[in-house]
Formats: sequence, structure tokens, C-alpha cells
Amino acid sequence: MRGLFAFLAGGTFGAGLLLSGMTDTRKVQGWLDIFGDWDPTLAFVMGGAILPMAVAWQFTRRRRPVLGGQFPPAPEPRLGRSLVTGSVMFGMGWGLTGLCPGPSIASASFGGISGLVFLLAMGTGMILAPMAKARLDALPAAA
Amino acid sequence: MQMEWIWGLLGGGLIGSAGALYLLINGRVMGASGIVGGLVDGSATGVQRRERLAFAAGLFLVPAVLALLFGNGETHASANLMVMAAGGLLVGVGTRIANGCTSGHGVCGISRLSLRGIVATVFYIGAGGITVVLFRHLLGVI
Repeated sequence: MRGLFAFLAGGTFGAGLLLSGMTDTRKVQGWLDIFGDWDPTLAFVMGGAILPMAVAWQFTRRRRPVLGGQFPPAPEPRLGRSLVTGSVMFGMGWGLTGLCPGPSIASASFGGISGLVFLLAMGTGMILAPMAKARLDALPAAA
Repeated sequence: MQMEWIWGLLGGGLIGSAGALYLLINGRVMGASGIVGGLVDGSATGVQRRERLAFAAGLFLVPAVLALLFGNGETHASANLMVMAAGGLLVGVGTRIANGCTSGHGVCGISRLSLRGIVATVFYIGAGGITVVLFRHLLGVI
């Protein structure tokens, strides 16, 4: 059952990415490029996604997930260096290619060699990340 | 072109509904980088691994079939494989260090007013915008 609903969630996510045009790197880079022919689509996608999700969070109060277990704990309040550094690195890669993790998988069947190179590099980066994080954590704290 | 924001809103609604389903039924946060990262580095085991594999299978297969049926599968990604490799590496390392990407920090984090989600989103959008302007308009690479 968990697998079935996970498959449905992944499939719905993928269908939404395709329908909204988020598997098209031109639309993503077109939104990030405020000095070009600006494409507002991504803002509508974000807004459209955040609404049902905000309602869902309200339903987690004093309840349990349908398939048992616990809902995720309240978000960690601490920000930290790795959150900022990692997000800046992610943003640079996202801007360079117009791809982020979800769309890179959703478009794997039709993304050609460029898409496969991205996926391979992303997987490698994910394996190397703990090393990068250890180095980051070892740096002296900012004053 | 005029209608594209409607597709964006509808597609976004599907993305948010997928996240709502995964949260309310499976009790999980729908973060693509966490789901994939845990599979790639082997940190997800047992039930969680099977759950994530099923999620990834749906995420790959459903758009594959839809693109085949309706023919709107085109990424227009750069043919410069160095750019794709460098970008992929940055996305892989960055999302794992920051513990989230557009779906986890963006969609799932902002919708519960998580400060970490909001801060992460401000930084990756800022860095993404600067990168596009720099590499497109000043260097002409992308």
C-alpha cells in the first residue's frame, strides 16, 4: 500500500511538472532571467502547488498519516551555514541548466544525452555531498 | 503563450496535490532531492527504500507515457555537456547539503511557513537569477 500511494504521488508530481512546463528548461531559465523575455509561469506553478500543500499541513494537526506512522516533525528552526551554502550551489546549478531534481527525473525519458549527463552528475554530487558538508562544518564559525 | 499561466497553475495544483497525498497518506515530505538522494547514497533502507523507489518510478514513468502520448516532451536543455555536468554536480551537492530543493524547501517548506524553507528558496532563486544573467548575458555560455 505504501508503495502504491508513493507511486501515485510520484506519478502525479511528474504529470504536474510536465503539464506546467517545468520540464522545459527554457521556461525555468526564462523565469530566472529578469533581464530577458521574462516568463512568469514558474510563479504560477509555485503558487498553484503551495495552496493544496498548505491545506494538507492543516490536516496534519492532531492526526496520523492514513497508512500509520507519524507526520514529519515541526521544521528545524536553526538556519545554519550548510542551508545557505547548499542553496546557493543548488541555485547556480539550477540557473546553469534549468533543471532541478524533480524535473530531471520526470524528463529522463525524453531529455536526451544532456538530461542523462545531468542525472549522472547530480547522482555523483549527491554521493560526494557528505564530504563537502564535513569540510564546510570544519570551517571556523563566522564572528 | 497567453494561456500558459493557466497550465502553470493547473500543473502546480497537481504538484501540490501529489505532495498533499504523500504527506496525508504516507506521512512523508515530498522532497525530490531527499527521495532520490537517499536512494543514490544508500541511506534509505527497508520500507523507506521501497517507498522511495515506487515514488521515483512514478515520477519517471508517468511523464514518460504522457510525453509519448501527447508529444510535449522537450526539455530544450543545453547541448553543452560541460554545462550540464557542472550544473548537475552543483545541484546534487547543493541540495543534499541544504537538505532540500524546489519541492522540499519550496513547495513543502513554504506552505508550512518553515523559516528554513523560505530562506533556502530566497537563496537558490537569487543564485539562480544571478547565474542566468551572468552566463547568458555577460558570458554568453547558456
